[in-house]
Amino acid sequence: MLTYLFQRFGQALVTIAAMALLVFVGVYAIADPIDMLAAPDATADERAAIAARLGLDRPLPVQFATFAWNALHGDLGRSFVYNEPAVQVILQRLPATLELAFTALAIAVVVGLPLGLWAGLRPDSASGRAIMAGSILGFSLPNFWQGLMLVLVFAVTLGWLPAGGRGETVRVLGIETGLLTLDGLRHLVLPALNLALFKLAVVIRLARAGTREAMLQDFVRFARAKGLAPSRIVGVHVLKTILLPVITVIGLELGSMIAFAVVTETVFAWPGIGKLLIDSINRLDRPVVVAYLMLTVCLFIVINLVVDLIYAALDPRVRLSESEP
Amino acid sequence: MTASSLPAGPVAARPQPVWRRHVRAFLRDPLALLGLAVLVLAGGAALLAPFIAPQNPYDLATLDIMDAGMPPGSQSFSGMTYWLGTDAQGRDMLSAIIYGLRVSLVVSLSATLIAVSVGASLGILAAHAGGRVDALLMRLVDLQLSFPAILIALILLASFGRGVDKVVIALVAVQWAYYARAIRSAALVERRRDYMEAARALALPTRSLIFRHLLPNCLSPVIVVATMQVAHAIALEATLSFLGVGVPVTEPSLGLLIKNGYDYLLSGKYWISTFPGIALVTVIVAINLVGDRLRDVLNPRLAA
Repeated sequence: MLTYLFQRFGQALVTIAAMALLVFVGVYAIADPIDMLAAPDATADERAAIAARLGLDRPLPVQFATFAWNALHGDLGRSFVYNEPAVQVILQRLPATLELAFTALAIAVVVGLPLGLWAGLRPDSASGRAIMAGSILGFSLPNFWQGLMLVLVFAVTLGWLPAGGRGETVRVLGIETGLLTLDGLRHLVLPALNLALFKLAVVIRLARAGTREAMLQDFVRFARAKGLAPSRIVGVHVLKTILLPVITVIGLELGSMIAFAVVTETVFAWPGIGKLLIDSINRLDRPVVVAYLMLTVCLFIVINLVVDLIYAALDPRVRLSESEP
Repeated sequence: MTASSLPAGPVAARPQPVWRRHVRAFLRDPLALLGLAVLVLAGGAALLAPFIAPQNPYDLATLDIMDAGMPPGSQSFSGMTYWLGTDAQGRDMLSAIIYGLRVSLVVSLSATLIAVSVGASLGILAAHAGGRVDALLMRLVDLQLSFPAILIALILLASFGRGVDKVVIALVAVQWAYYARAIRSAALVERRRDYMEAARALALPTRSLIFRHLLPNCLSPVIVVATMQVAHAIALEATLSFLGVGVPVTEPSLGLLIKNGYDYLLSGKYWISTFPGIALVTVIVAINLVGDRLRDVLNPRLAA
């Protein structure tokens, strides 16, 4: 167990270092930030002064070393636009994104699991087929288009829900949240639904496949022979077996939801980190872009690690010793 | 596939060619036929855009600002009918969609073709070379697949900036890993087959071993995946362009048209955004219908 942990930890560190290099080279080395910072009519001397101030006149490896050293101390540079540390700019907007992602995740599981179970129990019924057809659409249609349709139907045509923004928020324990106000919740419905649709299809498919497989197993036949009620067989025995893959995927999907929140936040003008990323790319606010990408990459690596460990804890069959197949 | 690489000889009863059986099986599904028809129509429209579009939407001389924001079916001053309305610059939406379709299809098709070639080469290389090369390449594939496609694409486009070529590069970077992994695992199975043994026993050059014998037999499962991946590529390109980091404004794809119209959606001018969206979704669904059927016909084992 300990060897495995160390191995995975080492891998994670190597990945982070590689990604740091990629992001740094990509964002800092390809384009010249001075073009954007200096006035168009700046003389060569003025440009050199700016370069010297930002450390851009030094060789690239030295620049990267400085960047990496500062990054290790939690300093990913200062935002050009907000004139605040980039990490702080991101952390301020993180609660909005997490609120959105967790709500969407909850919707995906609470709606997707029963639908998938149902489709798995009656794969040939009309309702089962309809659920699968819906999940294929959810799978293949672009997420931003689904969001657009939600806006068109519920905000523009019916006028039931607001089309964008986060609404009224209250401060709880120093964190702004919209979950506790009616206005905040009304604003949350459409974006959360949009983000959930993306994962709903995955949960439905997993639950359906798992249920179909589980229903053929001996333990289900045995439980039936024992005279257990069908609701108990499905609700306890089958549910337990299909939960494992669903948990894994949900864990992995949390990260991808935060990444995909970029799309939902742009559609619904949700003031989270995804919209911040797009705004920062458009405003050439490089420190924020780098900080966002680095934080998201780290988040992914942590999530992957945690999911692997949970998986191993839940399923003793998973071999912990890493051996090449 | 294997049949075609056998030496030609006198055959008693010529069996029905495999592809004809496939075509017939494919045509038996009405939904797949519909999908194919839509794709032929969309592809034809995109190919012939300059000839069939009522207007060249990017020739500013043909635009009339007086016609801006007209609802579908309106008549312009010059007597032309805007069947799908006009956008905020007075551009005919039907023409804009035909041209946008062209950009979307070119970007996604070329990205998928390049990704298949790159992925196939690296996958075959990994399977053939084995050892450290294999381990390194597959570690890279694992690493990349553990991140969502959109994040990888955003990292690349944040560094490169906008551009058609840059979107293609980003899409290739996102997709190659799937193909590399699929081809490698197919190649690992195929290279143990008897025909490979025979080819090796003939002391054929490595190049011929790989390209003449190994690669053709690994490609068929990938072709099906690639068909479906075109739909993903279209969707991802549209998403990136919608976010404003994809294709430049001078060459708008369907995604960018949707983004441009989105600002007017809230003021009730639904057509600027909705019609490109419908075009986008129709093409994606059509590709999926065709891809599904192709998979069932070509590779029954893969059918769920």
